[in-house]
Amino acid sequence: MEVSRLQRRYIDFISALFHEGFLDSQFTELQHLQDESNPDFVSEVASLFFEDSERLLNELSRTLDQQTVDFKKIDAHVHQLKGSSASIGAQRVKNVCLTFRSCCDENNLEGCLGCLQQVKQECYLVKNKLDALFRLEQQILATGGVVPIMSKD
Amino acid sequence: MAIATDTQFHVLAVDDSLSDRKLIERLLKTSSYQVTTVDSGTKALELLGLQDDQTNTLSYPTNQQEIEVNLIITDYCMPGMTGYDLLKKIKESSSLKDIPVVIMSSENVPSRIKRCLEEGADEFFLKPVQLSDMSRLKPHLLKRKSKDCNSSSANTCNESNNESSSSKRKQIDDYILPERTRPRLFFER
Repeated sequence: MEVSRLQRRYIDFISALFHEGFLDSQFTELQHLQDESNPDFVSEVASLFFEDSERLLNELSRTLDQQTVDFKKIDAHVHQLKGSSASIGAQRVKNVCLTFRSCCDENNLEGCLGCLQQVKQECYLVKNKLDALFRLEQQILATGGVVPIMSKD
Repeated sequence: MAIATDTQFHVLAVDDSLSDRKLIERLLKTSSYQVTTVDSGTKALELLGLQDDQTNTLSYPTNQQEIEVNLIITDYCMPGMTGYDLLKKIKESSSLKDIPVVIMSSENVPSRIKRCLEEGADEFFLKPVQLSDMSRLKPHLLKRKSKDCNSSSANTCNESNNESSSSKRKQIDDYILPERTRPRLFFER
């Protein structure tokens, strides 16, 4: 596939990710920090986020499974997940974390379990989307093209 | 001790989150700072040459400062020692109290900001930290540098101490932070 068609595809794909709320402006910030000296910065940060989130999700599952649920502990983990998702621009993950924290405040176990499922789903979705995005980038680069990047406001 | 005017400033970044550490490191390096990152306040104090003695409220220097640091930037919410606790320990230490400290937090809580500024923090960054925030570090680094260069007598030291402590009392109004806006979808060729 020629470069311009790949670039078009890339633009359409990433635009959709923003419109559907998967990504927000912080992701663009990350893209602007990537350059020839750090060509894989965005995918590296994303990898670290998914590593971190997997650990946190496992912890959350474990803590919610206890006889007596420690809501303070849940809240602390969700706070961490909220923070790191915000740092990479994973907006939908961050938004579920906001709801999740409300459930913790209310000591609402059912609500928390629901949020856990939701946040797992959102992490899974955004990971797949980003994997596809990074693959498209590699395709463009392989054909000698430049990856289009959004300007910051 | 000679002041090396051409040396890069060295920033110590403290954050328990993997991805946040990577981000802050990149932001600082892009802004031409030398960076060391650690994942806890305890490790930060170790690097700075302070033993964290649990039984005393004051920390004492065990030996020479391990590394020379010009600014410390730390997350507020960390397990164990919080950024606030770290700030307190630094400001209580005679060897470290003059190092500017910046607190980062994902939560915009005025009382928290006020508390940190009152404890001697020089800046408060709302997370996620952006490249535009990096320009707010320079004034604090330059202020320290010129203070080191200029203070030649005890009197001068006292004057600059008084001046810097009053300028530290930033107004809470400076920190009513605006909502971040979404970028327009605009492509550069």
